[in-house]
Amino acid sequence: MATQDIPQDVGGGRASLFYDPKVRGIFFQVLVIVALVAFVYWIIGNTVENLKRANIASGFAFLNGRAGFDVSDTLIAFDSDSTYRRALLVGFINTLVVAAAGIVTASILGFLIGIGRLSHNWLIRKICTVYVELFRNIPPLLVIFFWYFGVLSVLPLPKESIELPFGSFLNSRGFYFPKLVWGDGSMLVPVALLLGLAMSWFVARRAKQRQMATGATFPVFWTSLALIVGLPFLALVATGFPLSFDFPQKSTFNLTGGLQIKPEFLSLYLALSFYTAAFIAEIVRAGIRGVSSGQSEASAALGLRSAQALRLVVVPQALRIVIPPLTSQFLNLTKNSSLAIAIGYPDLVAVGGTVLNQTGQAIEIVVIWMVVYLGLSLITSAFMNWFNAKMALVER
Amino acid sequence: MLSSHIKKTGNSLEKTEKGSWVMKYIISGILGAAALGLMATAASAGTLEDVKAKGFLQCGVSTGLAGFSAPNDKGDWQGLDVDFCRAVAAAIFGDGTKVKFTPLSAKERFTALQSGEIDMLSRNTTWTINRDTALGLNFVGVTYYDGQGFMINAKKLPGVNSALQLSGAAVCVQTGTTTELNLADYFKANKMEYSPVVFEKLEEVDAAYDAGRCDVYTTDQSGLYGIRLKLSSPDDHVVLPEIISKEPLGPAVRQGDDKWYHIVKWVYFGLLTAEELGITQANVEEMKASGNPEIKRVLGTEADTKIGTDLGLGNDWVVNIVKAVGNYGEVFERNVGQGSPLKIARGINALWTKGGLQYAPPIR
Ligand SMILES: N[C@@H](CCC(=O)N[C@@H](CS)C(=O)NCC(=O)O)C(=O)O
Repeated sequence: MATQDIPQDVGGGRASLFYDPKVRGIFFQVLVIVALVAFVYWIIGNTVENLKRANIASGFAFLNGRAGFDVSDTLIAFDSDSTYRRALLVGFINTLVVAAAGIVTASILGFLIGIGRLSHNWLIRKICTVYVELFRNIPPLLVIFFWYFGVLSVLPLPKESIELPFGSFLNSRGFYFPKLVWGDGSMLVPVALLLGLAMSWFVARRAKQRQMATGATFPVFWTSLALIVGLPFLALVATGFPLSFDFPQKSTFNLTGGLQIKPEFLSLYLALSFYTAAFIAEIVRAGIRGVSSGQSEASAALGLRSAQALRLVVVPQALRIVIPPLTSQFLNLTKNSSLAIAIGYPDLVAVGGTVLNQTGQAIEIVVIWMVVYLGLSLITSAFMNWFNAKMALVER
Repeated sequence: MLSSHIKKTGNSLEKTEKGSWVMKYIISGILGAAALGLMATAASAGTLEDVKAKGFLQCGVSTGLAGFSAPNDKGDWQGLDVDFCRAVAAAIFGDGTKVKFTPLSAKERFTALQSGEIDMLSRNTTWTINRDTALGLNFVGVTYYDGQGFMINAKKLPGVNSALQLSGAAVCVQTGTTTELNLADYFKANKMEYSPVVFEKLEEVDAAYDAGRCDVYTTDQSGLYGIRLKLSSPDDHVVLPEIISKEPLGPAVRQGDDKWYHIVKWVYFGLLTAEELGITQANVEEMKASGNPEIKRVLGTEADTKIGTDLGLGNDWVVNIVKAVGNYGEVFERNVGQGSPLKIARGINALWTKGGLQYAPPIR
């Protein structure tokens, strides 16, 4: 890096090698690398030596051992006979799930609020401003505690569950709803859904080509909706409704059957979404503000309605400004999800901590934590960079 | 990347009292790891010399479990585990107050000991083979024989009077304990289902159970009695009869320092021997004048005795221990027995001469 763009002045061998900026640059870089390697080597040697002296087992072999504990929220099969490796995988998946759900919700909420802050309606504008100021200035942990202790734990006990429509229940142990049980022949439904999606994509492309060629528009939205909802419905009719529901039922202790979303997940998910949405709203507002007002005026002059102008002209340009800071919000949300431990949601940090404690493999677990969070961050950035490049202004 | 993460969350957490422990927890893991990496490899002085140089003993205890280690309303630490730390301090310094306490959650305790943050751990910790080997610890003995039990709210669950009726229940448990392992084993062995509600901090488990987030609280039975006292209506809660595990609780030290290990171990035996010989906080001065050769040996009044100095302490080490905290029986009764709100009977924790399991090798 330091060797680039440096004016070359080594003509005639006048200057000694020491003063040659290129040579000097390489020299110092080599020096730094050697020092770094030596340091890492020393640290590793030292650690191994200390562990040996303290009689602490080391290495990753412990991952194959039997976990012996249970985890409250598992999306893949797990019980106490599974390995530590699988326990960490369960935690990792839980981190991914809460981060992904949080990112989607925070983005949607953030976009709406960001646009709301620019609304012509006084009330909407003020509500959005208050929202942003409130959530931006509260530490995320407090938001999590607010949902967990303030909202979800004051709900009634299972015996006095609040009954909601469609056989759902809400109580202090979470949100229970009926589980779809797929019967014989129901495979046709996802097939029909895929078909509907593919056809909608095709229709949208054709409609765009036609608009480009003739200027005539086509109701793409409604057609796609009909395809995506209609086709699976037809499939259901054709197979004679093979679906049934497993309803949650009251038992001695809890509700059994159906599906349960636990309050630990709910509070973390809601808190991360609400907290990050405030930051995203500001980014979106700045992005829209960053598009020169000439663009909206020009759209108006062309006869676009303001919603159309926003969708077709302003937002695509605003996205270019929005994406880079948005990426760092997504990364923050992912990393903040490790606050899960405060309310006992079994994310990677919480489960990793349990494994660390049961096995005493502190260094190994910390390495796994670092690699995973680093990996997640790098993947998110790579994806957002790709998306950013795709969204960048294409000059015609 | 992780460090920037910590800085980020760290900033927002500084504002909250509650928040700080999350960071403390993550950081303690990392520091523990880092300490092992950065610690000088040159052999350091023994723990006894370190403690003497510092002028006090750094002792790891729980964050607040009544009867074992909890600060009272004046902020002074009290309990069986705390008194054991004081006994060790008294044996070294002749002064039971030369001790500082580090409150540790179940998860933090071993890292704290391994990394040298504390000199010894005295925190209702179960002696297991894994901890004695893979974790690099040495348990010195069993200061309290316990077993894991279950507690339920009898008002809310009137029909339940056995742990075998608990299938389907939500069970609150603290992570990083043998408790969560025994729980999994017990329900599996009895083919019952449960949904674990797992927290890192004792006060969170307590709050969740009190608020009805779970039906059952499980931990060491002695712990259940202590926790019940702090619930909003203690009388509604009953401890079920089943004991599902062996929980021999005792102090532990790091491996690799035999001298220190022996000191902590013999402080425990000193407490037991004092009780066996009837030496109490009140009569220890008179006892020094006793002509009984055994008592003379234990109290260091035998001519030219080397028992205490061989251990690395003064010959009056048992005198100092008993003056500071009393004998084992006194420590027990004051903290968890009849002199305490817990009112736990001696049971298997009685001396071997009274039908219990507490037994010390001879001091000679
Ligand atoms: N004896 C068990 C459990 C010890 C334990 O941590 N018990 C909890 C519940 S009684 C406790 O004392 N917590 C106190 C704290 O976290 O400060 C073990 O060694 O794993």
